[in-house]
Amino acid sequence: MTANIRKLVIQVDETRKEMGQDVTPPTRRAVAIAVIENPYAGRYSENLDQLIAIGEELGALLGQKAVAALGIAPADAQSYGKAAIVGEAGELEHAAAILHPKLGAPLRVAVEKGAALVPSAKKRGTLGTAIDVPLGHKDAAFVRSHFDAIEARVSDAPRANEIVVAVAVTDSGRPLPRIGGLQHAEVKGEDGLR
Amino acid sequence: MIDIRRVFTHVEHIHHEFGPRAATPLVRGAIGVVMTNPFAGRYEPDILPMMALLDPVGVDMAHRLHAAMDVPLEAIATYGKGAIVGAAGELEHGALWHVPGGYAMRELLGWKGDRAAYTAGKAEDKSGQPGNALSIVPSTKKVGPPGATLDVPLTNINASYVRGQFDAIEVRVPGAPAADEIVFILAMSTGYRIHARVGGLLAENIAKWDGLR
Repeated sequence: MTANIRKLVIQVDETRKEMGQDVTPPTRRAVAIAVIENPYAGRYSENLDQLIAIGEELGALLGQKAVAALGIAPADAQSYGKAAIVGEAGELEHAAAILHPKLGAPLRVAVEKGAALVPSAKKRGTLGTAIDVPLGHKDAAFVRSHFDAIEARVSDAPRANEIVVAVAVTDSGRPLPRIGGLQHAEVKGEDGLR
Repeated sequence: MIDIRRVFTHVEHIHHEFGPRAATPLVRGAIGVVMTNPFAGRYEPDILPMMALLDPVGVDMAHRLHAAMDVPLEAIATYGKGAIVGAAGELEHGALWHVPGGYAMRELLGWKGDRAAYTAGKAEDKSGQPGNALSIVPSTKKVGPPGATLDVPLTNINASYVRGQFDAIEVRVPGAPAADEIVFILAMSTGYRIHARVGGLLAENIAKWDGLR
């Protein structure tokens, strides 16, 4: 099963200043979004294998697109996240089938490593629904400076029988982090937490 | 006067819209620059000095947008521009973008016209095809809150009447503009709506090279 992709959207958000302070280097966050047909729209299916396979395909595609949009080497990615918006003829479990079983492994290849859990969000929505894709450090979930989120939204999706799937990758944390906690430079990256 | 806070790029590849899958997807892109509005919170009679200062911003944005779209320059078929002014500003501040925003994309796309005439809003003599990017760059602007959406019109770069390429792209920068900010926007695409089929002038039939037909 390959995804029937109607649309791909790639956004990069570069922050050079925040609250009048220079952000050096600028923080850069990318989100790559696919609008796909939901093969299980309008019916209950016990088995969700098609969406699990689509998740694997999109983990690679969207991870690569986000890294390419940032123009960085995969190893220079610092944080990541994922999310899905299911159209009205689908169910929340369809988002789970895409996001959780198989999307992570190819995404981790795209960002080289990724010991940490990929934080996620999901909801049902309609055309233009926005979802806040959570962001966490890719190798150590406790890096406080990298707790963040980026909005994903496609103006004409999801239609009832579609799913919007988003993968976010950054090369940085928040613009002006100063609330302490584990730092990027202190990461061991072995257990995915610290 | 020019104080850029954020740069937001958006590129989309449209493969189909529930019709036949296109051999080549339509690529549409937009770039928004979030900058401080130096005139926020007051009425400033003389805002024109900012216009010239926006020229290099526009040129840089046009190049960044083209790079993000990752298509050959010859593939760019439509353009548009816009501005979203934060709540402490006025619509006229957004209008500063008309000349520098339009000029930037025209220059990128090979326009050979008279810049002085363009800046002054005067017509110029045209004969044959005096370069590329002959059409007026369509635009929208508004005053809005953070996360406001703006529908930026897109039309053919050489003939505004190419019907199959009348389009618009929704642009929205989450979190911007703050009250004392402006988002200046440029947009371009590779051309025809993905299932264009309502007739009209085709780009390959442009004959007058007057920016219209």
